[in-house]
Amino acid sequence: MGILEVQNVNKHFGGLHALNNVNLDVKKGSVHAIIGPNGAGKSTFLNCLIGKLAPDTGSVMFQGKPVLGQKPHQINQMGISRVFQTPEIFTDLTVFENVMIPCFAHRDGSFVLNAWKKVKGETGIREQAEQMLLDVNMQDKLHMNAASLSRGDKRRLELAMCLAQDPKLLLLDEPTAGMARADTNATIDLLKHISETRGITKVIIEHDMHVVFSLADTISVLAQGAIIAEGLPEDIKGHPKVREAYLGEAEV
Amino acid sequence: MLKYNDKLLMLVFTILVLTGPIILAPFGAGYPDLLQRFVIFGILAVGYNILFGLTGYLSFGHAAFLGVGSYSTVWMFKLLTMNIIPGIILAIIMSGLFALLIGFITLRRSGIYFSILTLAFAQMSYSLAYSVLTPITNGETGLQIRLADARILDAKNDSGSLPSTNLFGLEMNDTWRTTFMGMDLQFNVGFYVSAFILIAVFYLSIRIFRSPFGLMLRAVKTNQNRLMYTGINTKPYTLAAFVISGMYAGLAGALLASMDPLAGAERMQWTESGSIVLMVILGGASTLLGPVLGAGVIKYFEAIFSRINDNVLHEWFDILPGFLETFMVWIVHPFVGKGWSLTLGAVFMIIVIFLPGGLMEGANRIGKRFVKLKRGSADNAKTPAE
Repeated sequence: MGILEVQNVNKHFGGLHALNNVNLDVKKGSVHAIIGPNGAGKSTFLNCLIGKLAPDTGSVMFQGKPVLGQKPHQINQMGISRVFQTPEIFTDLTVFENVMIPCFAHRDGSFVLNAWKKVKGETGIREQAEQMLLDVNMQDKLHMNAASLSRGDKRRLELAMCLAQDPKLLLLDEPTAGMARADTNATIDLLKHISETRGITKVIIEHDMHVVFSLADTISVLAQGAIIAEGLPEDIKGHPKVREAYLGEAEV
Repeated sequence: MLKYNDKLLMLVFTILVLTGPIILAPFGAGYPDLLQRFVIFGILAVGYNILFGLTGYLSFGHAAFLGVGSYSTVWMFKLLTMNIIPGIILAIIMSGLFALLIGFITLRRSGIYFSILTLAFAQMSYSLAYSVLTPITNGETGLQIRLADARILDAKNDSGSLPSTNLFGLEMNDTWRTTFMGMDLQFNVGFYVSAFILIAVFYLSIRIFRSPFGLMLRAVKTNQNRLMYTGINTKPYTLAAFVISGMYAGLAGALLASMDPLAGAERMQWTESGSIVLMVILGGASTLLGPVLGAGVIKYFEAIFSRINDNVLHEWFDILPGFLETFMVWIVHPFVGKGWSLTLGAVFMIIVIFLPGGLMEGANRIGKRFVKLKRGSADNAKTPAE
């Protein structure tokens, strides 16, 4: 029994069969990568997991509880956090405030009318947020406006925001897209460090094979909306179907 | 980022408000009627800013809550007592409930659709007040107090004249006048009652701005998606902000009726809602002081510019030769008197184009330049010594 069980998920966009009977079983504590060529349906799949899209049929169970039909904030409160392909952060707020918000969400739930106490007086939350930023090496950017961060820092900030909630499952949508090699390696190290210290289950969508093979325990290959292969990284590397999907039809 | 010391801000604000009758007297604005308007519309703008300034939801329907507040209060004057307290309490409750209903429906949409929905609701409320609900609102005549009204808590009134609104016997229209350095100073009870309420609700708004709730509202403005995927249900947050700002508007409506016990449907018209938006943007949305400032400027324009007529203009340009005087009066004429809103429009455009952050941004820029100048001269003084 995995922490996340996806069964027979289908999604159509008009005539396009975006997800075709997708099954996935993510084991607790593992790093599960989903790879596949452009337009394979990877992001659509993640969107179904966090309640952004509703699949036509199928079921998604998280720790034995149904995910489908729940609102995004409810799914998040179940313990699923997502890092987006383009960092989704609060650009008008400071880095520190950005991290405090998920800390509040973790402590207070989806709504509480806490309108009299000062944010300054919330020492517990502040310490937590500071520690989080220390973990991702951003303690010196505490009071910077989030909009003025570099792209790499924005990603790290978003990761810190997700981790601040202490999620059980972390979904990462191309966490190194558009990064220079050095930044990519730094991100890999950071993610590895998180795996070692926190043991959070992760589902990673990634193009960069270097990243995938450095991090993943299990790999699923998605092509044209269907899972065509699944297994350990070594098995996937030489899999003929995978080569075909990535390189096009093999020579006749 | 500029850091404000909230205690200092609160102190300065309190002093400025309480000395209003003295400070504003030289500008011709030191009379009770206008002073009351400054303060009451200040309350309205401070409340509106909690919604618009923090969450960015642009409501075009807040005049409806102002109207609900006024009607509720006048009904209390008619039924219970001329003491303003029950009226104010009922106004806050009624406008809160009304805001809960309207907010629940309109907050299903955001952006322009939300604005249009609130506008539609406000216009519906206006039409209801103007015609359909005549038994409650007295239609186009407006709701007024009468001698024959019940007022079950008050002593019997045999004087034959309408009773005046009061706070435990302190009449709202009582004014203590004095002359100081040739200026006519008027200290009015109604103004001070409203002023104390403004100070209290301004303090409340500071607390909201600085609270975790306020932080969530600012997050709504920046990235509602991220907030949802961070486990926050954004709807109750925006709804709470909407209801709080609606209650502020209801309170302002109650005070308007307390100063002058009548309520009319025109108070709910969309132009009124529009002028609330103008006040907040003019002063500086999402700043603490800006809305009060904006409300003051607009009410000042309304009161002062509208009173300038051609005779006054001829006096101004008296020193010019005859044809020039006529010419100048002809040029300025459309911008004053009945055309005061033309001036307001021009001022508003200039501010929005050159100071998108409103008057507060202007003040901050001047402040920064001043600091820079000071620092610059200090540096100059240092350099030769090194």
